[in-house]
Amino acid sequence: MIPALSLILAFQLVGEVASRGLSLPLPGPVTGLCLLVGCCLVWPGLADRLRPVTQGLLAHLSLFFVPAGVGVVAHLPLLRDHGVALAAALAGSTLLSIAAGAWAFVLIARRLGDRDAG
Amino acid sequence: MLADPALIWAYLTQGPLLWLTLTLIAYLIGDAMFRAAGRRSFANPVLIAMILLGLILIATDTSYATYFEGAQFVHFMLGPATVALAMPLYDNLPRVRRAALPILAGLFAGSLVAILSALAIAWGFGLKPEVLASLAPKSTTAPVAIGIAERLGGQPTLTAVLVLLTGVFGAMVATPWLNLIGVRDWRARGLAVGTAAHGIGTARAFQVDPTAGAFAGIGMGLNAVLTAIIAPLVLRLFL
Repeated sequence: MIPALSLILAFQLVGEVASRGLSLPLPGPVTGLCLLVGCCLVWPGLADRLRPVTQGLLAHLSLFFVPAGVGVVAHLPLLRDHGVALAAALAGSTLLSIAAGAWAFVLIARRLGDRDAG
Repeated sequence: MLADPALIWAYLTQGPLLWLTLTLIAYLIGDAMFRAAGRRSFANPVLIAMILLGLILIATDTSYATYFEGAQFVHFMLGPATVALAMPLYDNLPRVRRAALPILAGLFAGSLVAILSALAIAWGFGLKPEVLASLAPKSTTAPVAIGIAERLGGQPTLTAVLVLLTGVFGAMVATPWLNLIGVRDWRARGLAVGTAAHGIGTARAFQVDPTAGAFAGIGMGLNAVLTAIIAPLVLRLFL
């Protein structure tokens, strides 16, 4: 577990250095994610070594949201003042985004003659 | 003779041990309640843990900064967890390649519409730039959204709340909404939900159909990258 975790942290570290050093629009961990996919393509053995730890991390992904989520306590006045605006923005954009994404997928799949597209 | 409980409490509330332990226990309670409720989307474990911890902070008059000194160890793990998202993306690469163009079309449309419409509605209501920056990445997975919001000058904790609410809402409405608009392709349905409602939407897609779940995971992973690139550009239109 410790070697795999060290590797994952190393990818995050390199990603962080690359993002800041090259002024990339990506946060460091996302750059680390891209680098890790690339390295797994070059060395498939890497994926097998990391899989147990990545599965453990992702199985409890929701736990890591909790500390930042508790910050809602610090934002209660803002949520109270702008509750209607934020609810409209979240609900409206989520419905529009699901429709746009699904329709675009089906449209292109049909254009390409994909028989699975319904 | 027993020591004064108030002194023990005063000692514990100032160190990280108490708040770290309570964060883990609150999550375990939330997870147990989620399972007891038949893994239905309304019993979201993060939401339950947030409510429990929020009530404890209010009842004990503890500041969020004090709480976060303990909880920061859990918060830190968002970074490695983001890197770990590389693995489902890597494992699904053959499927992604076969449907590459429809995936890219759905991803771009879903991602762009999510950011643009959320900012347009919030801007129409006259919300401040700081709130707009916190709102822009709300459709992407929380660790990434928080990183993007920090870069845009938003409030990471507000972003986390907005991300969570977006995920829960998306997971709840996805099935009836997609039926209503007549999309039956499981790949399209999954990709759209993963793009719009990240991990919570992906979990919901897996409950409905395995193909939808796999494509939701792809949508979530790719949108983490795409939102990081386009959210700053779209936000500029509204500042």
